[in-house]
Amino acid sequence: MSAPVAKVLDAFELDALTELVNIGVGRAANSLREMVGEQVHLSVPKISLLARNDAVRLLGEREEDKLVAVHQVFDGDIHGRVLLIFPEKKSLELVRAVTGGELSLEDIMELEHEALAETGNIILNGCLATIANLLERNLKMSLPEILKGDGPEFFELDPPTDTGEVVLFLYIDFALRSRDINGYIVMLMDMPSLTALKVLLREFIHRTTGAAPPRQDA
Amino acid sequence: MGYRVLIVDDSKLARMSVGKALDALHPDWVRVEAATAEDAAALLDEVDLVLLDFNMPGKDGLEFAAELRGLHPDMPVAIISANHQVEIVNRAGAVGAAFLPKPLTAQALAGFLDDAAERLKAAGL
Repeated sequence: MSAPVAKVLDAFELDALTELVNIGVGRAANSLREMVGEQVHLSVPKISLLARNDAVRLLGEREEDKLVAVHQVFDGDIHGRVLLIFPEKKSLELVRAVTGGELSLEDIMELEHEALAETGNIILNGCLATIANLLERNLKMSLPEILKGDGPEFFELDPPTDTGEVVLFLYIDFALRSRDINGYIVMLMDMPSLTALKVLLREFIHRTTGAAPPRQDA
Repeated sequence: MGYRVLIVDDSKLARMSVGKALDALHPDWVRVEAATAEDAAALLDEVDLVLLDFNMPGKDGLEFAAELRGLHPDMPVAIISANHQVEIVNRAGAVGAAFLPKPLTAQALAGFLDDAAERLKAAGL
């Protein structure tokens, strides 16, 4: 069941999507830089298109500890949910980095929720708003919500969606104030949304390159 | 005469997009492409100027620009990135590279290319 999912986007469409995310992540880095007052490093995202079960398994294999996620719902021509996921033990590190590290542990714990929501919001909005703009579509984003858990529950959020849902799995590293924090951006959408995204990507490729993309970029 | 422009970007889409903008401005210039800094290094002797993506797997555009500067002190180079943090723009300046924001506009590209052409002409190329 995972093979057809991976083939919905061809190599060139996946390249175009990676480039959109890359631009989005670059913009998010600018915004984070404004927030923390020093350079933020974000790595080139690696993208895979997976069936939900495979995404759950992949995350489980890579991360054994508790995880924290910032979750937002998006709606428009394509709809679904997007999550920024990272190890929970890095969560206070992230808060320290964005608040400047001068605060007491008590203050940091109090600010944890807010700082996570704000950081997640910047990164997720940076990606989605850039994608939406470049695809010339409007996407509405919900307010960020913080979730904690082992991973699988992030893929089973209410309201339940059909099991054929596909997952766009992105892996990025970010370094803030020399603290290495690795994270994942996960986009969940159903097959009709992915098909709509494919059409928008083809239009985008045509607009920016002036040429119809090759049928198969093997 | 038509200059030879090396476009370095890991994204094929981005290379095609820059190529399209370049063709529209200078249809007689020749486009050479590389997907990594490592591949680009082998092509430097064949080109007159370089357009470099910043965020690439392996060696990033700024690291490559610094190396390139050691080998070709006068070659016009532009770094292209959506990430315009001041540290990155400054590092581009420090290695003598122009900084062009991504997505690239025809206007920004034209500014860099005009300047590059003038410098190349002054150098007798």
